[in-house]
Amino acid sequence: MNRILSIVWAMILFAATAPAAIAAEGLVVSLSTQRVLINSVFTGAEIVLFGAVTRDGTTPERRFGYDVVAVVSGPRESLLTLRKDRLVGIWVNVESRTFVDVPSYLAVLANRPFDQIAKPDLLRRLKVGFDNTILTQRIGPDYADVVREDPFRQAFLRLQSERGLYLEEPTGVTFLSPTLFRATIPIPAESPVGSYSVEVMLFADGAMITRTTSAFEILKVGFERFVVTAAHDYGLLYGLATVAMALMTGWFASVIFRRD
Amino acid sequence: MEIYLPIADLPVNIFVVFAMGLSVGFISGMFGIGGGFLMTPLLIFIGVSPAVAVATVSSHIAASSFSGALLYWRRRALDLALAIMLLAGGLVGTALGVWLFTFLRDIGQLNLVIALSYVILLGSVGAVMVTESVRAMVRLQRGASVDVRRPGPHNLLHGLPIKVRFKESRLYVSVIPVWVIGATIGFIGAILGIGGGFILVPLLIYLLRVPTNVVIGTSMVLTLVTMATATVLHATTNQLVDAVLALILMVGGVIGAQFGAQAGQEMRSERLRLLLGLLVSLVGLRFAIDLFVMPGELYSFRLLEGGR
Repeated sequence: MNRILSIVWAMILFAATAPAAIAAEGLVVSLSTQRVLINSVFTGAEIVLFGAVTRDGTTPERRFGYDVVAVVSGPRESLLTLRKDRLVGIWVNVESRTFVDVPSYLAVLANRPFDQIAKPDLLRRLKVGFDNTILTQRIGPDYADVVREDPFRQAFLRLQSERGLYLEEPTGVTFLSPTLFRATIPIPAESPVGSYSVEVMLFADGAMITRTTSAFEILKVGFERFVVTAAHDYGLLYGLATVAMALMTGWFASVIFRRD
Repeated sequence: MEIYLPIADLPVNIFVVFAMGLSVGFISGMFGIGGGFLMTPLLIFIGVSPAVAVATVSSHIAASSFSGALLYWRRRALDLALAIMLLAGGLVGTALGVWLFTFLRDIGQLNLVIALSYVILLGSVGAVMVTESVRAMVRLQRGASVDVRRPGPHNLLHGLPIKVRFKESRLYVSVIPVWVIGATIGFIGAILGIGGGFILVPLLIYLLRVPTNVVIGTSMVLTLVTMATATVLHATTNQLVDAVLALILMVGGVIGAQFGAQAGQEMRSERLRLLLGLLVSLVGLRFAIDLFVMPGELYSFRLLEGGR
């Protein structure tokens, strides 16, 4: 139902914003939802991205069709990454690096492998793919992104991918017709709350023609929101309430199970 | 049935968590220990971040030790005076422990110290308990009279001044070793994030010679107070107590603790000590394996700021 609505919505948007007479293609995108609500039964979600390439009579013919890349990135966060090594027989954390202001969520979706869409330096300029995403590390007093082969960088990407928070999907975008496409953005349950940006780039003949951005938000609602607000704004009260809850539970059990 | 935890930021199966509470509660009721050294690793295993796990477990332990303490209180198997004296020392120890905790974190070696302490503490406490209880059981097999109280020549501790009579424990000892034991438990608890029941129980039995049945109830009172304090401190300082997770664990925990306490009362005390000794040794071994065997993933990370 939601998806049908989204298609309709995309069509309306398409009709309303289609430029009158521009030679180059336009790009119109729409998300199935602008807000992902986390309640107590939340186990993850999926957002569907719909897009349409707008053309008119003056638009040049594209012999090899269109390519689309969508980059979804979540709120920025800083993470401390630790590396273990053997030291006098035991495994301990010996080295650490801080990743500064990196996306907490990153999905790079395309309709075919990135290297078939554009040349490496264009992909690098547009920051398409894990290899071209800037992951700033703090190494001593310096802030810099490092070479792709850096073991810390690779470990970081591996760990984030295992949690489902980073993904590269060269087949994540599907063309429904030569100018209409859709993509599914998976939102794992552990995705952090905050605003997410969606950047959609349109390619043809190895060059980027146009791009557009959209956004959605993940937020906690209802009881989940109440608990988080209470914990953050009224820490002492929250703690005392939790202890009271513990004592009540303990007392209740001892009354119920009283045998004598 | 999945439920989303608001502070831990992940969905968990409510029945799995409930079962975890139930089984750890059973063990804690049976041996008079908090069970934090079992529950914290279990929570981390299902995906809860270590910080949230430690903070939340404290409230779970408060609940199960309160229900256990009530049961022992009704059976008069609890020495309140001894518990208060231990707590007096415990406060000093906790303050010292928190100071060392901060210091170790600043020099970046906290995790190593925690892991090593677990191995050494659990390993030695477990080994002592196992050998002692096996010896007691062998003596019992031979038909020799087992005198747990072991009167006669007291150990060095009984020669110290400021003697106090603890009626419930049928003890007349100096308060100095009681304070020292309390301070030690508080100190270890603050550094390792555990109630310290599994160390307190053997210390009271072997050093002070408190009767086993009184030890468990007394240890529960101590655990209750320290864990309730820890919950409030964790909630105010870093907002990491997940009340929803805590509630599921608690309900399972208190039910388990009731059955565990009953099972513990019916069991012979040397057998109880053997079981606890084995359990403690096993967890110690688990930590040792983590230290000595090459981990599958050498890298790990933790959130510093932003995002959530």
